[in-house]
Amino acid sequence: MLIFTLCGSGWLEIVLKTGVLRRLKRAALSIFPISTCFLIWDGYAIAQGHWFFDRSQILGIYGPFSIPLEEYLFFIVVPLAAILTLEGITTVKPHWRKREFGE
Amino acid sequence: MIYSDIAIAAFGIAVMADLFLFKNSMLTRPAFWSSYAIILPFQLLTNWWLTSRNIVMYSPDAIMGIRICSAPIEDLLFGFALVLSVMGMWEYWGRRGVQRY
Repeated sequence: MLIFTLCGSGWLEIVLKTGVLRRLKRAALSIFPISTCFLIWDGYAIAQGHWFFDRSQILGIYGPFSIPLEEYLFFIVVPLAAILTLEGITTVKPHWRKREFGE
Repeated sequence: MIYSDIAIAAFGIAVMADLFLFKNSMLTRPAFWSSYAIILPFQLLTNWWLTSRNIVMYSPDAIMGIRICSAPIEDLLFGFALVLSVMGMWEYWGRRGVQRY
């Protein structure tokens, strides 16, 4: 699923030259604070038993707060795909970008 | 709090932050809604994959029980909140002049 998401959005970077991966600092500053909040929720939901994972279908590597590695990757890959989609859209439709910086 | 409460709260916080905290709200812009229209089918597809194969399972006590493409409806709220807040942050740093181009 993570590889599918990477491929599904990654081509935008190459074909449309969205330049998101070139702007790693801005991407990291956008993803890190938000993903931290969601991972806290994730850890809480796991601890409370709100959801659980099939141990035979995950890698079995756990990070802090017994959150599976896949979940940490999810909260990097999915937000990155969202940014790539947004930048892909505004690359194709540049007039939608005008209001981006309030200019 | 159960899963539903947190999903609804996350959705509410993301929408409120976008409308009142950030300048130049994402929710009023066609670029956001067009992106979301592309992301939503993919989310439904991956949600379906992860839940129909029981890779991820939910406690029946923690969710409302309404399912779309085999995944709890709460996950659409969660996905919306995630996508909206990350895009909001991306635009925020752009306005602040961080790696604008």
